[in-house]
Amino acid sequence: MIKFAKALAAAALTVAVTAGAIAPAFAETQLLNVSYDPTRELYKDYNAAFAEYWKAKGGEDVSIRQSHGGSGAQARSVIDGLEADVVTLALESDINAIEKTGKIKAGWRDRLPNHSSPYTSTIVFLVRKGNPKNIHNWGDLVKGDVQIVTPNPKTSGGARWNYLAAWAWANEEFKGDNDKIKAYIADLYKRAPVLDSGARGATVTFAQRQIGDVLLAWENEAYLAGEEFGKDAFEIVVPPISILAEPPVAVVDANVDSKGTRKVAEAYLQYLYSDEGQNIAAKHFYRPSKPEVVKPELLKALPQIKLVTIDDPIFGGWKKAQPEHFGDGGIFDQIYKPGK
Amino acid sequence: MSEPSHIKFRNPADERPLAKVLLIALSLAFLVFFLFLPLVSVFVEAFRKGWEEYYEALVEPDAVAAIRLTLTVAAIAVPLNLLFGLCAAWAIAKFEFRGKSFLITLIDLPFSISPVISGLVYVLLFGSNSVLGPILKSHGIEILFAVPGIVLATIFVTFPFVARELIPLMQDQGTGDEEAALSLGASGWQTFWFVTLPNIKWGLLYGVLLCNARAMGEFGAVSVVSGHIRGLTNTMPLHVEILYNEYNFVAAFAVASLLALLALVTLALKTILELRFGAGAAGGRH
Repeated sequence: MIKFAKALAAAALTVAVTAGAIAPAFAETQLLNVSYDPTRELYKDYNAAFAEYWKAKGGEDVSIRQSHGGSGAQARSVIDGLEADVVTLALESDINAIEKTGKIKAGWRDRLPNHSSPYTSTIVFLVRKGNPKNIHNWGDLVKGDVQIVTPNPKTSGGARWNYLAAWAWANEEFKGDNDKIKAYIADLYKRAPVLDSGARGATVTFAQRQIGDVLLAWENEAYLAGEEFGKDAFEIVVPPISILAEPPVAVVDANVDSKGTRKVAEAYLQYLYSDEGQNIAAKHFYRPSKPEVVKPELLKALPQIKLVTIDDPIFGGWKKAQPEHFGDGGIFDQIYKPGK
Repeated sequence: MSEPSHIKFRNPADERPLAKVLLIALSLAFLVFFLFLPLVSVFVEAFRKGWEEYYEALVEPDAVAAIRLTLTVAAIAVPLNLLFGLCAAWAIAKFEFRGKSFLITLIDLPFSISPVISGLVYVLLFGSNSVLGPILKSHGIEILFAVPGIVLATIFVTFPFVARELIPLMQDQGTGDEEAALSLGASGWQTFWFVTLPNIKWGLLYGVLLCNARAMGEFGAVSVVSGHIRGLTNTMPLHVEILYNEYNFVAAFAVASLLALLALVTLALKTILELRFGAGAAGGRH
């Protein structure tokens, strides 16, 4: 039994040593950026660029930690006490939810240019190589036996943009005839064999499980999937009209004030609007808010199309569109009947 | 109708040969399909691009941080649960007191609760909107979305393992040996070290192995309280999910293969110990 006691002592020692090792030296400033799923690759590059810039400017050493997850769940964690210095989320309403707790001050959307959205994105189509079903516009999605992969708008932020983009096209096509628009959207969702709960899940369904003819996806996700699964497997089709998605960023006031990191946190978000920040965003297929500072070859992948915003009168902003389309008993609930 | 003159009596415990073969084949097929093939596929996927990529995935700083965190959490949670399990099993098996069955039910609670709830209770206890949250924050104590929260959630999920293993064992053995030792003049500690512990060591070891495997593999509860900060609060299972979502399948399965290896080592250790000492171990159940 002495051996047993020794083993226990060894275990205790291991605890002490490893616990010591995970408490790093606090010489450098640490920022925590709480973000949503598809931005992993973007912020990996951007964080390195910002750390270099900040040091060159005479600032201290700064290292940036990342946390990624579903946008709504991430906002929830910050509300529950995750010590984020900045949040870079998918939907304005998620940051509004944090604002309600007082951790972010009201008026955050006007603190940075372009509604605090340093980059935007849109919804495009990812089709199989050679575009066998000949899909070029939203109307082609409901022709023949085309099958569509899109996540569930009840749970996924990206899926809501998909739905709204289709609605924006139909509104123009059917000159605002609500019954025809609804019939089109209903037809669209009838062609979805599965509704994944998130955008990454839908991409994997389409790309790896080989289900469906077309994936409605974030523009940057579509390019990323093309790179990850081989460029020969897919083609990206950019429809002539789509939606303008504005993922916003904000400093979490309560956290930076208690940690004393306000200055560097604010600089971190402002630098997203710099020439370098904008070029990094474009490199990862986000649409820069200042395209004039971005290298032209990076913009080639992001063709100019008609982009409808959520604030357009047909939607009337998130506060109106969210309950009207996606709330309980809203339009999506009326038109989507699984298994029919 | 005439009775047969010689009725052959079959031992009722003997199965017909056909049934025997069928049953064995069925359980074997089941194990191959549901356990063996998935396990093999983890390793196949992990080594799909060769040793080098496999190695790279494991020495990458975020992976190293995840492995270190997982080991740290297990190194704290398992000894504490060992201590708790011993105390609880001792109390239940050797003493009579009111509320004993209630205590047993309480110990089983983590088995019947979904791990997500086990995580959420700590969010409710220590979150910014809880009663305790602001007090902890004003003293600069971090629990949620930091290592202490992950350790707490892991302890919660894994605490029945040791206790559950020991309670029936100690109840079976009764208090006779201890009474004999005490009456021969041994002290309380001596009785524990030289009588009780040798009697239960195999059960104890088995409980610790199971507890450790679960502590390292826990996903749900840890996911809720972790905050998913890369290189800081991501354990191995969480790191696997992140890599998979980044289309980094080789790295995801490389880290997953470590967890699978842990399971295999656990199994091997248990078998070796049984073979070497098990036969002679007094009261050893496993």
